[in-house]
Amino acid sequence: MNGLTFDIAHLLAGSLVLISFMMLYQDRLFALINVFALHAVVLALSVAWQAYIQDAHHLYITAAIALVFKAIVIPVGLHRIIQRLGIHRDIETAVGIGPTMLAGIGLVTLSMVLMLRVTPEADPLAREDLAFALSIILLGLLVMVTRRNAVSQVVGFMSLENGLVLAATGAKGMPLVVEISVAFSILIAFIVIGVFLFRIRERFDSVDVGALDDYRGERR
Amino acid sequence: MNSTVALLMCGPAALLATALLAAVVGRRASATHLIYGAALIISAALFVIAAGHLARNPEAASAITLPLGLPWTGARFRLDGLSAFFLVVVNLGGAIASLYGLGYGRHEATPHRVLPFYPAFLAGMNLVVLANDAFSFLLSWEFMSLASWALVMAHHGDEANRRAGYIYLVMASFGTLALLLAFGTLAGPAGTYVFDAMRTAHPGPYAAGAVLVLMLLGAGSKAGLVPLHAWLPLAHPAAPSHVSALMSGIMTKVAIYGFIRVVFDLLGEPAWWSGVAVLLIGGVTAVLGILHALMEKDLKRLLAYSTIENIGVIFASLGLALAFKANAMPSAAALAFTAALFHVLNHSFFKSLLFFGAGAVLTATGERDMEKLGGLIHRLPVTSFVFLVGCVSISALPPFNGFASEWLVFQAILRSPELPQWGLKVIVPAVGGMLALAAALAAACFVKAFGITFLGRARSAAVERAHEVDRWSLAAMAVLAVFCLLAGIVPGFVLDGLSPVTLSLVGDRMPVQMAEPWLSIVPIAESRSSYNGLLVFAFIAISASLAAFFIHRFASHAVRRGIAWGCGFADAVPAAQYTAASFAQPIRRVFGSFAFRARETVDMPAPGSLDPARIKVDMHDVAWEIFYQPITGAIDFATERLNHLQFLTIRRYLTLVFLYLVILLLVLALWP
Repeated sequence: MNGLTFDIAHLLAGSLVLISFMMLYQDRLFALINVFALHAVVLALSVAWQAYIQDAHHLYITAAIALVFKAIVIPVGLHRIIQRLGIHRDIETAVGIGPTMLAGIGLVTLSMVLMLRVTPEADPLAREDLAFALSIILLGLLVMVTRRNAVSQVVGFMSLENGLVLAATGAKGMPLVVEISVAFSILIAFIVIGVFLFRIRERFDSVDVGALDDYRGERR
Repeated sequence: MNSTVALLMCGPAALLATALLAAVVGRRASATHLIYGAALIISAALFVIAAGHLARNPEAASAITLPLGLPWTGARFRLDGLSAFFLVVVNLGGAIASLYGLGYGRHEATPHRVLPFYPAFLAGMNLVVLANDAFSFLLSWEFMSLASWALVMAHHGDEANRRAGYIYLVMASFGTLALLLAFGTLAGPAGTYVFDAMRTAHPGPYAAGAVLVLMLLGAGSKAGLVPLHAWLPLAHPAAPSHVSALMSGIMTKVAIYGFIRVVFDLLGEPAWWSGVAVLLIGGVTAVLGILHALMEKDLKRLLAYSTIENIGVIFASLGLALAFKANAMPSAAALAFTAALFHVLNHSFFKSLLFFGAGAVLTATGERDMEKLGGLIHRLPVTSFVFLVGCVSISALPPFNGFASEWLVFQAILRSPELPQWGLKVIVPAVGGMLALAAALAAACFVKAFGITFLGRARSAAVERAHEVDRWSLAAMAVLAVFCLLAGIVPGFVLDGLSPVTLSLVGDRMPVQMAEPWLSIVPIAESRSSYNGLLVFAFIAISASLAAFFIHRFASHAVRRGIAWGCGFADAVPAAQYTAASFAQPIRRVFGSFAFRARETVDMPAPGSLDPARIKVDMHDVAWEIFYQPITGAIDFATERLNHLQFLTIRRYLTLVFLYLVILLLVLALWP
């Protein structure tokens, strides 16, 4: 494999991990969504690069989907939701930034150790890609776990899904059907969660999922 | 010969259609006759086909694959000698129970709760016996369990019935879990769930041991092996009586079929210790089952406990067959195996008969409690006669069928000194002793059942108003009584019919019995032992007729009725008669402290008080306390602890999933 193509793919995938880390310490919702949009842009670049080096033209569609929906439509939609709900000034993290970052470093180490150990025979590019993708997935989960706000949980979930797309495109010969279905399922999930947010809002006048627990008479 | 099994498969399909019909028309008055009539005709047709297969060409196996079930397996069904024999048992019992139901079902208060499940239950049992892959087997097995559960819950207004249904459901699920694991072990890493493939794949010794244990748990819980029997005396009597007869007489046999199919057919060559395990469990089951039956005063529960005893006898005989088969003694194995199958058939006859009798008593008096019955022989002369035939048969008295099969079991036990292992040489006679004890206790138990229920004086007003039951019920009981006698005086006919089954499963057969003169049966050789039921019957019949003739000819024609001796009491009330509890008291004194932890306490009133003194007997079901209570306690404890997991916040659920994922990844990363 050409050294340059490998390095660029590596760079883009590594940037995705880095941006996932950026997401971990955003305590304002607008900032979080902006970072997510950046995440989606880098994902689109990475997928496009994979399409170029694998000479797989259908991946350009995936890249376009990532760019249009994840980098533009969804962030804009989330911006509007936040403005309508009037929660753009909320500061919300359940766990402090320091421990979260440490946990994130631990997760990346874990996925590197794991992936490099279990795939010694695989194509080196796919191997690195898978390791990065697993890191992104775990970091996305970490975002979901460390946030209280439903919007930021949605963002964490979608960054997790970006990791899935990265893994799917990194492996050669993955059919397009998979990516489209994954992308659309995420879109549907986003719509459902959006509707759900308004429902919570109507009922409890807040999108803090803690309100649900208060309603059930539970302590946090 | 694929046409036979295809023809047989029409039977369960027709029964299921009948069940659907019953679900639609179940509330109408005419539905009872329609449904039981249809079930009778279908069962009789299936019986004729299966018996014809067994008589004409039992060696031929015919198989069919239906495009249902698992995609790469299909639903496979197969008819061979073993399944043909069990089809005979199932459908003969089913046909006679349907005949009984024609009359008995009319007294049912809520027929729409019974009618749809009755044909479905019959269909389930037929399908289990015909199944030829693990998936169809388990599906049919669960269907059979669920249909019978619905029948147990038919009278769910009663709190005791609801409890019985719940315990039955739990135990049935447990049994199916064990069967599932057994088939999974048999399928091995290749995962072939077709019986034909399992038959050729021989599992290693540990896997075979695991399958045997799992089958003892799975089939044993359905058949009622101690200590898995706890549900049986609760659930069997809770159903309507003809269903009790089916559950006790037939469904336990289907469980035995499952055990034989896996352990004798699919598992290949047994290890000698597997025989020891089955023998010991069978012996203990026989003794404990009949001891419980003796202590019982509810007629139907007594019969259910007695089923446990007979299952113990059958399993002991099967264990013996395993031990002989493992030691390459095919003729002895054939003897023990034939004895087990013969007892399967006989028990289905007399246990159905006795449950029908109990149902007739229940219909006539509304009572199941023997302490409130008595003197029914005057009110129900025909029922009491056929019930007596059932009691004599189950007590293993010649010339009836119970004697013939238990005698064969003991003949097989007497061949145990030829076994090479010292363990077996010691254990087999010990188990023989247990079976002999069980047989004697069974006789005592049925003397009690018949004597307290039908003899003496009426203990309640309901008995005095009792009338003989309808003709359908009497016909069903009479047919079974005739079968009990026929199987007792011409056992050779049945034994020869079983020979192809034993030939295919243990590799040998008993000598041809119909060739012996005068219908004798000779299990091993003329010099060792022989039995002639016809001779015994003729002797009893002739001597009794002669005695009756001489008495009436030379003494007096008159029948005199004297006053019953009042035991010295001036005004003997019926309650002063022997009761079920007092009859069983000596046996309770001997075995009770050991088997039931029975304690008698005497409550003496203070001097000067006019209160009566009371004896209170405190009995425990030891199996319940040793096995069930710790398990339910542990489950309660764990669920209490885990209960708060139901009430976590969304974020905490996510955290749990996340942590679990990370832990799994860590394990994968650190695995050497």
